[in-house]
Amino acid sequence: MTKRTSAFSITLWVALAAAAMAPLSRAQNMTAAETHGQLNRDFDKTELHLLPVQGNIYMLVGDGANIAVQVGKQGILLVDTGFAQLSAKLVAAVSKLSEKPIRYIINSNSFADRVSGNESVRRAGATVTGANVAANITDAGAGAALLAHENVLTRLSAPTGKQSPFPPGAWPTDTFFGAEKPLYFNDESIQVLYQPAANTDGDVIVYFRRSDVIDAGDLFNTDTYPVIDVDKGGTIEGVVQGLNHIVRLAIVAHEEEGGTLVIPGHGHLCDQAEVVEYRDMVTIVRDRIQAMIKKGMTLDQVKAAKPTRDYDPLYNTNDFWTADMFVTAAYKSLTAKP
Amino acid sequence: MRIVNQLGAGCLLLFAGLLAPAQQIDLSGNWSPRFHEDQPERIPGPELGDYLGIPINDAARLRAESWSPSRLTMPEQQCRVHISPYIYRGPLELRIWLEKDPETQQVIAIRNYISTYEQNRTIWMDGRPHPPEYAMHTWMGFSTGKWEGDMLTVYTTHIKTGWLRRNGLAESDHATLVEHFIRHDNNLTHVSIVTDPVYLTEPLIKSQDFVLDNQYNGNWLWPCESVEEVVLKPDDVPNFLPGENPFLKEYLTRYPMVPEQALRGGAETMYPEYQLKIKK
Repeated sequence: MTKRTSAFSITLWVALAAAAMAPLSRAQNMTAAETHGQLNRDFDKTELHLLPVQGNIYMLVGDGANIAVQVGKQGILLVDTGFAQLSAKLVAAVSKLSEKPIRYIINSNSFADRVSGNESVRRAGATVTGANVAANITDAGAGAALLAHENVLTRLSAPTGKQSPFPPGAWPTDTFFGAEKPLYFNDESIQVLYQPAANTDGDVIVYFRRSDVIDAGDLFNTDTYPVIDVDKGGTIEGVVQGLNHIVRLAIVAHEEEGGTLVIPGHGHLCDQAEVVEYRDMVTIVRDRIQAMIKKGMTLDQVKAAKPTRDYDPLYNTNDFWTADMFVTAAYKSLTAKP
Repeated sequence: MRIVNQLGAGCLLLFAGLLAPAQQIDLSGNWSPRFHEDQPERIPGPELGDYLGIPINDAARLRAESWSPSRLTMPEQQCRVHISPYIYRGPLELRIWLEKDPETQQVIAIRNYISTYEQNRTIWMDGRPHPPEYAMHTWMGFSTGKWEGDMLTVYTTHIKTGWLRRNGLAESDHATLVEHFIRHDNNLTHVSIVTDPVYLTEPLIKSQDFVLDNQYNGNWLWPCESVEEVVLKPDDVPNFLPGENPFLKEYLTRYPMVPEQALRGGAETMYPEYQLKIKK
C-alpha cells in the first residue's frame, strides 16, 4: 500500500466513523416517497453491486438510488451519495475501482435517497483546494467538491436561526443557477443539465459525453411512476420536458439499441428505448388528466376514473408512491395557478 | 445372477448416457418461414382492435386501445425492433449456426441471425447463469438453452418492451420466454411460450414453421434509418383518450360474424368452450 493510499484510507475511515455517529438524526424530515420506501430497510444486510456501463462509467446498485460512478486517472466522481447508513459500503465499493480519492459529487436533486450520504461520502473524498496543499491532495481535508443546482442547496439548508433538514456538511459546495454546468474530469466532458420544475425545482441530468452515458436522476425509473414533489416545485410538465430532453440527447446505435446508455433513478440499466416508453407513459397520463380537467372533473373524480390503470401493473407496485399519489401530483401541478 | 445382469444393464445404460452427445440434432442452416398458420396477422398485419386469442388483461386492453399507429411515425419508433418473442412471426430469413470452443469442440452457443432488423441472437449452451435483475434489457434478451431429447429448449429473460401483437398490444419488460426448436428432416417448428405477469393472465403459446433453404437466396439485410415523417409538436405522443379511438370498430364492421367480446381478447374467449357459450 502506498503512503498516499494510507493517508487517504485514514481520512476516509475517520470521516465515515463521524458520519455513522449521526446518520438518521434528521430522518424525520424524509418522506417515504423521496426515500423510495427504504426508510425501514435493514442497511446491515444491504449489498451494493457495481455494474460496468460503458467507458469510464459504472452503475452502483443497492444504495438508495442508482449511483453513477465515473472513474479515471484524476479520481472518482459520483452522481449522488445514497443513504448515510451505507456510506462506508459505498466508499469501500468504489475504492475497489481506483486508489484515487472521490473528487466530485453531483446531486441530481434533493431527495433523501440521493443526498443523505453527502456529508460522510464527501469527507471521504478530497478536493484540490490551492497552495496550502503540498504534494498530496488527500491532505486537503476539505472533502470532495459537491455540485448541485442552487435549489438543492436551498432545500438542504435553512435560513439562519432555523433547523436545516441536513447538516451544513451535506450542503453543496458549488452551485449553479443557469441551464447547464459544464465540467471536465478524467478526460471527459460532463454536462450537468438543469431540468426545471421536474421532480422538484432542483433536478439535473448528468451527461458523460465521452463514455456516452446519461444519469437520468429521478426523472426516469423502471419500477415506479416519477415522484413529483409539488411542494418542492415539481410538475408533470417538467418531467415530460426532462424525459424528452433525455430522448433527444440519447443517440441509438444499430437498430435502435445501445449507443447512449441511460442510468435510471431506480431500476435496471437502459438505453433510449426504455426512456421513450416511459416518456410515452407520462405524456399519455398527462394528456388524460388534462382532458379530464378541461371537462371540469375534480381530483376525486379524476382519481376514480383511474387514468393510469393500463400502466399500474408496471408502476403502481409499492405503497410509498402509488398511482393515486402520482395522479394527485399531476393534477395539482396541471391546475396550479402560474 | 439376475442381479448381476441388472447391474450390467445399468452400467451399459450409464455408459451409453456418458457417450451420448449433448446435442441430439443439428439445427444449422438457412431457414425460410412458411405462413400457412395465422397468415392474416403475420403478413398483412393485424387489424386495429383485433385481440382475438390473446389472454390479455384489462390493463393490456386499455393500453392497446389508447395506442395510435401514428406513434410509429416518431423518429425514435421507426426502427424499433421486434422482440425475440415476436420476431419469428414475421417475414424473415433465419440462419442458425453453432459456436464451438476451439479447444474442446464443445458447443458454447447456438447463434441466430434474423434478417428482419438484422438481429444477432445468442443462445448460450454452456450453463452460464442469467444476468442480475439490474442488467440491461435488449430486443433479443438473454437466452440459455438445453437439449431435451431432440428438442432445443430455450429460456430468455431481460427482454425489452415490445409487441404481443403489433396493433398496440404491448408485452412488458417483465415477460419471460420459453421456446422449443423442433427439427423434422428439413422442417423446423418453433414454439414460443410467453409469460408476462403484467399484461397476460396466462402464458401465450404460438408456433411457426420454417423450411431449410439450400438455395441461399433470401434477403438478409434490413438497413433502417429514422427520418422526419410528419411534423409533431415537441412534446406530443400520438394517443387516443380512453373511449375515443374511432378505429376500434373497423374490424367489427368488416367481420360482423365475430362477437365483439371475443375480439377484445382475454383467456375466457380463447378456448373451444366459448363457442358453446355464445351459441346459448
